[in-house]
Amino acid sequence: MTRPRVLTGTHFMHGDFAVAEGGLAAGCKFFAGYPITPATEVAERMAARLPEIGGVYIQMEDELGSMAAILGASCAGVRSMTSTSGPGFSLMQENIGLGAVLEVPCVVVDVQRGGPSTGLPTSVSQQDMMQAKWGSHGDYPIVAYSPASPQECFDIAIKAFNTAEKYRTPVLVMSDEVVGHMTERVTIPEESAIKIVDRKLYEGDPDKYLPYRPDEDLIPPMALAGDGCKVHMTGLIHDEGGRPSLTPETEDILVGRLLDKVVKHAEAIMEYEEIGTEDADVIVVAYGITGRIANRAVELARKEGIKAGLVRLITVWPFPVDYIRKLSENVKTILVPEINYGQIVLEVERVVGGRATVEQVTYVPGTLPDPDSMLKRIREAVK
Amino acid sequence: MRTEVKLSGFGGQGIILGGYIVGKAATIYSDMHAAMIQSYGPEARGGACSSEVVIEDREISYPSVEKPDIFVLMSQEAYELSKPLIKEETKVLVDEDLVKLDEGQIGHISAIPSLKFAEDLGRKIVANIVMLGFFTSVTELFTKDAMKEAVLSTVPEHTRELNEKAFEKGYDHGLQLKKGRNAE
Repeated sequence: MTRPRVLTGTHFMHGDFAVAEGGLAAGCKFFAGYPITPATEVAERMAARLPEIGGVYIQMEDELGSMAAILGASCAGVRSMTSTSGPGFSLMQENIGLGAVLEVPCVVVDVQRGGPSTGLPTSVSQQDMMQAKWGSHGDYPIVAYSPASPQECFDIAIKAFNTAEKYRTPVLVMSDEVVGHMTERVTIPEESAIKIVDRKLYEGDPDKYLPYRPDEDLIPPMALAGDGCKVHMTGLIHDEGGRPSLTPETEDILVGRLLDKVVKHAEAIMEYEEIGTEDADVIVVAYGITGRIANRAVELARKEGIKAGLVRLITVWPFPVDYIRKLSENVKTILVPEINYGQIVLEVERVVGGRATVEQVTYVPGTLPDPDSMLKRIREAVK
Repeated sequence: MRTEVKLSGFGGQGIILGGYIVGKAATIYSDMHAAMIQSYGPEARGGACSSEVVIEDREISYPSVEKPDIFVLMSQEAYELSKPLIKEETKVLVDEDLVKLDEGQIGHISAIPSLKFAEDLGRKIVANIVMLGFFTSVTELFTKDAMKEAVLSTVPEHTRELNEKAFEKGYDHGLQLKKGRNAE
């Protein structure tokens, strides 16, 4: 049975399948990966679906190769994606950095499991959130989304592709074992209703092409491999022509621009959901599955008369610095529940800079936070 | 209104598929919300296996089952593991040949020889669907049509007839059981 590229309709769908379907709906035609719990089902779905729509699925020898393969395919103009979990995400880091410096659009899904190392292969964590930002060496820009449901896995996969294409950068989808292995209602719209953003292509004289000369928006137009332009790509620090130029001046021009590229467009990229923040004394800042559970805790707190609010981060990187800083001016306490030993709470603390009390709420990897324990922390915060 | 359902048995009985069909009946055919979580470890094949489905009339924040309202038990091991969570008000659906209940076991117990019925139909693989038919009439969580549609839209095309028979068999057994109870 051959199914269409976009499975328009209402489904009771697995989170890992939904992120794969979102990728397909966004035009993904190439997936290279290596199976790993709890991300295997993403690869499994792609292996079944890509051949149906004229795409290519390759099971690679490892995650280094997987990441390299999707960069190569993307340079040839094919929307590309991979998925993995903790140990594989570590192996992908070097080539994620390469993708950032070569400005290659691609999407990497990390279905987080308990770590470090082989860790807790079959259970939940949010322990890769700082690795998402800093995992590869050197300074580089990154965009990371965090879905809270199978529906959001689908929706975010599309956004991730559009962001990757628009800004020419690798984009991460930081899912987790619970969201990835959860089956829920997923509504897939008509193909015509799905907004697709394409990368900016070079249309000038091929002899005059400078692959890393940016436009005013700091994004250089891309020439696809085989289209007639001469393109040199290197992980070395390079000038506008793509040639190695190993000076601090060129480092500053190139890396400075790469970082500014995301900063300049951060407002357009960042997404968060706010609930009851206007009059709140205590605000929970959370993301992914934890953000979803916090929603109930905040609702229960409101029923008790506590002025509680929620900020659910949909993009975690870039971090909404100005927004959180402004929020902290009118609130007593900010709680940051995470399924790790304190990661995004560090960023919140940095940004808040003492304007409000920031409290870490630790959930041990392997356990799903329950709304009652979160409610307890909200109650204590307003005492 | 929140209902927590837990189906347990051993790997290969279609426990995960059973949970999937319950969730599908809720979300696709009944306009409710459902979230299914399947738990598995390295021991899943042939070992203990369970699926958990949370059903609510609103969006689900917490997708995990803590205190099941309904248990479907398809193996002795599943029963032994579940026993501490069975309360007076818990609905417990068991395969009477696969699970030997303790004397005086509390809870609303409903028993069916689902595996035997499936064997009578020629394929013991449909025991889970017999159980889902039984689940439908005993729990009244969804309409018969909703659950039947969920079953038939999930199973392979060439097994529809067999699965429909299995579903009806279980459904009728549940109806008779209820009739008997009402007569008491």
